[in-house]
Amino acid sequence: MDNPTHYDGHPGAKLRRGSLQESRLVTGLLIGTALIFLALLLFLPLIIVFTEALREGWGRFFEAWGEADAIAAMKLTVLVAAISVPLNMVFGVCAAWAIAKFEFKGKSLLTTLIDLPFSVSPVISGLIYILLFGAQGLLGPWLHRHGIEIIFAVPGIVLATIFVTFPFVARELIPLMQEQGTEEEEAAISLGAGGWQSFWLVTLPNIKWGLLYGVLLCNARAMGEFGAVSVVSGHIRGLTNTLPLHVEILYNEYNFMAAFAIASLLALLALVTLGLKTALEWRHGAELAANKTH
Amino acid sequence: MDVSIKNIRKEFQGAIALKDVSLDIRSGELIALLGPSGSGKTTLLRLIAGLEFSTRGSIYFGGEDASAKSVRDRHIGFVFQHYALFKHMTVFDNIAFGLKVRKKAVRPDKMLIAKKVYELLELVQLQGLEKRYPSQLSGGQRQRVALARALAIDPTVLLLDEPFGALDAQVRKDLRRWLRALHAQTKHTTVFVTHDQEEALELADRVVVMSAGAIEQVGTPNEVYDHPATPFVYEFLGSANVLPVHVRDGHIRLEGFETTIATHHPNGSHQTLVDGRGELFVRPHDFELCDERHHAIPGIIRMIRSFSGMTRLEIAVTGLERLITVEMQRNHAKESAALAVGARILIRPRQFGLFPSRSDSAAKSAEISQIHPHLRVIQDGAG
Repeated sequence: MDNPTHYDGHPGAKLRRGSLQESRLVTGLLIGTALIFLALLLFLPLIIVFTEALREGWGRFFEAWGEADAIAAMKLTVLVAAISVPLNMVFGVCAAWAIAKFEFKGKSLLTTLIDLPFSVSPVISGLIYILLFGAQGLLGPWLHRHGIEIIFAVPGIVLATIFVTFPFVARELIPLMQEQGTEEEEAAISLGAGGWQSFWLVTLPNIKWGLLYGVLLCNARAMGEFGAVSVVSGHIRGLTNTLPLHVEILYNEYNFMAAFAIASLLALLALVTLGLKTALEWRHGAELAANKTH
Repeated sequence: MDVSIKNIRKEFQGAIALKDVSLDIRSGELIALLGPSGSGKTTLLRLIAGLEFSTRGSIYFGGEDASAKSVRDRHIGFVFQHYALFKHMTVFDNIAFGLKVRKKAVRPDKMLIAKKVYELLELVQLQGLEKRYPSQLSGGQRQRVALARALAIDPTVLLLDEPFGALDAQVRKDLRRWLRALHAQTKHTTVFVTHDQEEALELADRVVVMSAGAIEQVGTPNEVYDHPATPFVYEFLGSANVLPVHVRDGHIRLEGFETTIATHHPNGSHQTLVDGRGELFVRPHDFELCDERHHAIPGIIRMIRSFSGMTRLEIAVTGLERLITVEMQRNHAKESAALAVGARILIRPRQFGLFPSRSDSAAKSAEISQIHPHLRVIQDGAG
């Protein structure tokens, strides 16, 4: 009885193996193309950034870093990230919690809105803040009367950065929390835990790696954002210049070496982020992929 | 603790999940909610737990109205279908959770918590595994951790959602026996949900058979199996042959036949049968072979199969679309030499249930049920 089925199955399996063999050439071509693109568009520029930065030696390289305006830009960049990343972390957890664990009206609208910063050009999002808070803007006169400065000042940069980076944490957590469902939280409250206890003791430990992953990407983007920040910053040296804006200014002043030296700092940040991200994926891949294995 | 459910109705966005269900659960009882998926059994369990709230009706815990109480205040022990163990905590921390999250004033000290956890580990036979994580346990072990975790808070009622659903057959049988022994030992009022009739009949003190958001029958395993109250229960618990019959002058006749096929009344009742079309439910093992034509159904054997002590016959009867299935003891079948494919035989139902034909109008069904109050008629079961 068993034999015919086995016989039937065998040629099929053989056929499949054959078709895989044929596509080996195609596979090679595809991989090759991808690698060439990567080399041209990613590795080559990265190498150029560092060679240009070190063209005049390590001394000049660190000198560029130590310059007063550069230090101010670094401080501002860290400050902006230090404000916007925690805020987006809180927002992301709240939004993901609401979307993944509850049913409510307007849920799909909220999901779409979270993606908005990804689909809108950063320049436009910067411009919106100008239209809102600028001198000729909607709230501008009122803000001016009360002595609150947003545009061409640090608050504007922070606001623009928050807007641009707010999908990162939420986007990472929503599928993860949806996959995990609400059973563990239900178990916690059935055992007598309160809302906060169930969040701190059950929900947060379950999403911690996903949260870290989202925060990492959010931070990288917050420190590297150019478009939106450029519109609202006003490019005041030493005051409203972030690192990416500082790179542009130096470059426009034909100070290539310094521009590349600062750029290499950002490139370094990207590499560290990439390294940490890969380590996280390697170590906690199952949890990040929202795998439901216990 | 006694749990009393009174006229509970539950709607989910207009869809009715439970239609005015009432049920009394006695203290210390082991109750099975049995039904196919979509019958409302899990909804009923979650309503008792306080994980869902009813649209209408109330739930009493030991005489006290608990309808508005949250799951946190009901002090129930809930074992989830997929256990819902806390993945990042050890077995010890999982079991201790319910005690650790208590308010300071009522929280036992560390020593007491540890003592309790080790007691429970012993009870569920998982000594030595307290440092493991859920991912390092087998399905059956996880199940027992979930049970120990629920028992740690000394629950008023223990609620289990498909407790053996995710386990393979052998583990399932062992755990079933073990849970029965555990219940005998701890005497917790226990309600469990299952779609497996064997599980319900083997484990429960009383079985609640549910279908389409309503309770079809409540009774001991013997009651529901031997005296099903509705056609649904007949077909859901075990298998049954359904024969179209006609009742006239107190006699039951197979449609198209002249001889009466039975004279005694279903379920030992002595009430007059009402004329009309009906359905006769006979379990395969409730048929007997006979020699005389009196009260017998003539048929031709189409198939004979023997396995695990049983012999099963498929019998074709003139005028019936479906074959009748008859089962008997294998050694009993061996005695009668007449059994062969193609042979003509006579069979007679030893025990049966008679219900008004489900294809008849509801009015007629209601009429019949009035005279036979023991035959509950489910109007919407007719569709």
